[in-house]
Amino acid sequence: MARTPSQMPVAQSPQKEAWDVFRRSWLALFGLALLFTIIAVSLIGPLIYTVDPIEIVWAPLTAPGIEASVPLGTDYLGRDILAGLINGGKATLLVGISAAMITVIIGISIGAVAGYYGGLVDNLLMRITEFFQVLPPLLFAMVLVTLFSPTLPIVAIAIGVVSWPATARLARAEFIRIRNLEYVNAARSISAKDGRIIWRVILPNALPPLIVSSTLSIGIAILFEAGLSFLGLSDPNIVSWGLMIGSGREYILDAWWVVTLPGAMIFLTVLSVSLVGDGLNDAFNPKLRDR
Amino acid sequence: MSFLPALLKRLAWSILLIVAVLVLNFLLIHMAPGDPADVIAGEMGGATQEILDAIRKSYGLDQPVYVQLWVYLSRAVTGDLGQSFYYNAPVLDLILGRLGPTLLLVITALLFALFIGTTLGVIASHKPNGIVSHLVTIVSIIGYAAPIFWTGLMLVILFASIIPLFPISGMYDIRLEGGMFVKALDIAHHLVLPAFTLGVVYLAQYSRLTRASMLEILGSDYIRTARAKGVSEVKVYSKHALRNAILPIVTIAGLQFGAMISGAVLVETVFSWPGLGTLAFDSILARDYPTILGILFFSAVLVIVANLTTDVIYRLVDPRVGASAK
Repeated sequence: MARTPSQMPVAQSPQKEAWDVFRRSWLALFGLALLFTIIAVSLIGPLIYTVDPIEIVWAPLTAPGIEASVPLGTDYLGRDILAGLINGGKATLLVGISAAMITVIIGISIGAVAGYYGGLVDNLLMRITEFFQVLPPLLFAMVLVTLFSPTLPIVAIAIGVVSWPATARLARAEFIRIRNLEYVNAARSISAKDGRIIWRVILPNALPPLIVSSTLSIGIAILFEAGLSFLGLSDPNIVSWGLMIGSGREYILDAWWVVTLPGAMIFLTVLSVSLVGDGLNDAFNPKLRDR
Repeated sequence: MSFLPALLKRLAWSILLIVAVLVLNFLLIHMAPGDPADVIAGEMGGATQEILDAIRKSYGLDQPVYVQLWVYLSRAVTGDLGQSFYYNAPVLDLILGRLGPTLLLVITALLFALFIGTTLGVIASHKPNGIVSHLVTIVSIIGYAAPIFWTGLMLVILFASIIPLFPISGMYDIRLEGGMFVKALDIAHHLVLPAFTLGVVYLAQYSRLTRASMLEILGSDYIRTARAKGVSEVKVYSKHALRNAILPIVTIAGLQFGAMISGAVLVETVFSWPGLGTLAFDSILARDYPTILGILFFSAVLVIVANLTTDVIYRLVDPRVGASAK
């Protein structure tokens, strides 16, 4: 059947095409909206709701909805839960995002070098990766944070150090797939340097799955941060959702809200990140596009 | 490669990995800020000058680093993982005392996740748009996004006050009197909530994975052939499809053993389950470094053993590997 020009498929940039798929998924859009809301609340919220989250403002363990000045109740010391929820996101998001960045930088560097050079280099790097994979990640992070003090940067580094192997394996697989494609050989034939081929020729083409996995590592890093704070391994002077759960845990049978609400915030944050990740996965994965 | 040489090669590599974990522990002690003797004694261990001197002497801390490493490794090989000054007991004894409960918890959770997960996955693959299929998707999203300790705490709230069916803390009732059977039943009763909490995350993943690989396999040529020659539907699912679909699950389950131990640390803390996780939590509060490092070492050994086991199971289950070995 003849097509009129308007029905002809128009050549689009891959980014635009991916975005088109992404925005057709209402779950992915919902995730993105949720994520933006949480980030906005964490950044702007403290300016609007100015109650200090570590100040004692009302009677301890007041239930939500009883006293108007503390709408979501108070914790075991009488601190405002709502203020905690609003202020607790900053540390969690900051640590989550920086830890994910560390994960991605270590993972991609190791995976890229291993996949590109192959042979002995690959063998050695993959053995190192395997070594890191036998250490239970949370326990290893706990040890690192305990030995080197529980400050935000140390927590982020510890999470990054324990979670890069999966990214490295993925990056390696992509580099092995791409390294002998024609355009890479073309780059080699004009004697481009290895560094240039790795970072400028192969990496941009290996990015889609790596972007998806990086998004998911933000979610994983947030869960790690929450777990460490829950165990008391976070900066005790900085409010975080995990810390609120950890310190409220003993009062759980008398005051459900003390642990339920911060946990729900962690859940919603990780959920939003993973919905965005799923959306990106569909957008980048041509095999699934038409399903 | 045939079965035995491949296994021996894996075994040799596993031993090398175990030594590497010990070297890592050694490096961590030396990289930590402060005097290694203080680290070994534990900051809050209340170590006196005499104890510190004794540690310096027995670990050879006044000698070159390579000698210290050698001393550390040869002590570890004989089972000496150091002394916990907080508990006033050898670290090895502390860990061995807590190993049983952790293994019980992790293995129960793993089996629960594997059996229920694959079953749900198969049912979901039978009707890709059915209720079970959607349930699998929802549970796996929740399982991924909810912090495991929070899920546990929510169950504590639920079962403490609303439906008091299962105990929410500990591993057994010390007041209980009765024979072996009664006690075993009591432990099983206490195990329900922690094992469910730990298992449900993996159950979600395995069911999603089973569903995906079953759908892929059910569309393949040899399944059509099997159906065409009149193999019953039950047999097509159980013998032809599931046997292949289960392979990636076995691999993932083995790879995730480390993550499962990590999860166990949090779950044990929530339910006061007397395993390695609560020991890790308590020794971190007390800054009891030898115990923490001992737990890291021991759990890495558990992961290494689990990986070896997975390798063997994989070779036994995989129809292709089995065929080539025969």
